[in-house]
Amino acid sequence: MKVSILQFPGTNCEYDTKYAFEMLGAQTQIVWHKATSIPEDTSLLVVAGGFSYGDYLRSGAIAKFSPVMQAVKEYAAKGGKILGICNGFQVLTEAGLLPGALKRNESLHFLSKHHHLKVENNDNIFLTKLAKGDVVNIPIAHHDGNYYIDKAGLAELYANNQVLLKYCDAEGATKNPNGSVDAIAGVCNKEKTVFGLMPHPERAMEALLGSNDGVKMLQGFIEA
Amino acid sequence: MKVIVNVSLKAGVLDSQGKAVHHALNSIHFENVKDVRVGKQIVLNLEENDEAKAKADVTKMCEELLANTVIEDYTIEIVK
Repeated sequence: MKVSILQFPGTNCEYDTKYAFEMLGAQTQIVWHKATSIPEDTSLLVVAGGFSYGDYLRSGAIAKFSPVMQAVKEYAAKGGKILGICNGFQVLTEAGLLPGALKRNESLHFLSKHHHLKVENNDNIFLTKLAKGDVVNIPIAHHDGNYYIDKAGLAELYANNQVLLKYCDAEGATKNPNGSVDAIAGVCNKEKTVFGLMPHPERAMEALLGSNDGVKMLQGFIEA
Repeated sequence: MKVIVNVSLKAGVLDSQGKAVHHALNSIHFENVKDVRVGKQIVLNLEENDEAKAKADVTKMCEELLANTVIEDYTIEIVK
């Protein structure tokens, strides 16, 4: 199992991501944005969190034109598995690999705290270790995490089980921290090969640091 | 040629910044303000004399980078 982790200027979660996947037994490799190909035998490509290109213009907008993104699109077209976390989710929506867009949080505040999430669908390689309705506690850290999609797009997400996670309280009741449409925290593409979420499972790998619920999430990819 | 691009959130998309500014204006007694939308302006200096070509190029720039058409609209104004 080899996990390749993309690094743009301004990415800052690549080493947490590396730590998380190595802890789960995967081999990892960090791929600089100037690369023109994805390392062979990559079984999962992670677009890590951070502030690529300083979030100038819009979060993820400049990163989508990095040299490596052409290779990412080709990798996706061949059915390669991709996970975008936080800024990585923003990059994937900007690149058109995931539906919707991420707007400024409704409160206009940068949010940095643990938040509960409810599993909406698990018929995908990502959340196989969790059951529908399971609640996990995962850190969020974003300014632009307010997920938007129009009505037609939203209906399509539901019809294809593309809504992965929703924000909730500890009991699983809806609690929306940032104004996202239907409190959506993560989605996947129709083919269920490209995944994106605002919360940071790679920061929830050690109980000592508040939660290790990220283990159950990322493990899905390992045994896929 | 100078070209001005204005980018703003689409009509149906909630503009939280506009709402905050609206609230602030009301609270400093500009009660006649009924709605505020906050956008951004991008001023381009193009090495181009053909207006139609400039318009076509800038439209492409907007579609590909300057605006995210999932949530934003844009207008293009050519200033000579």
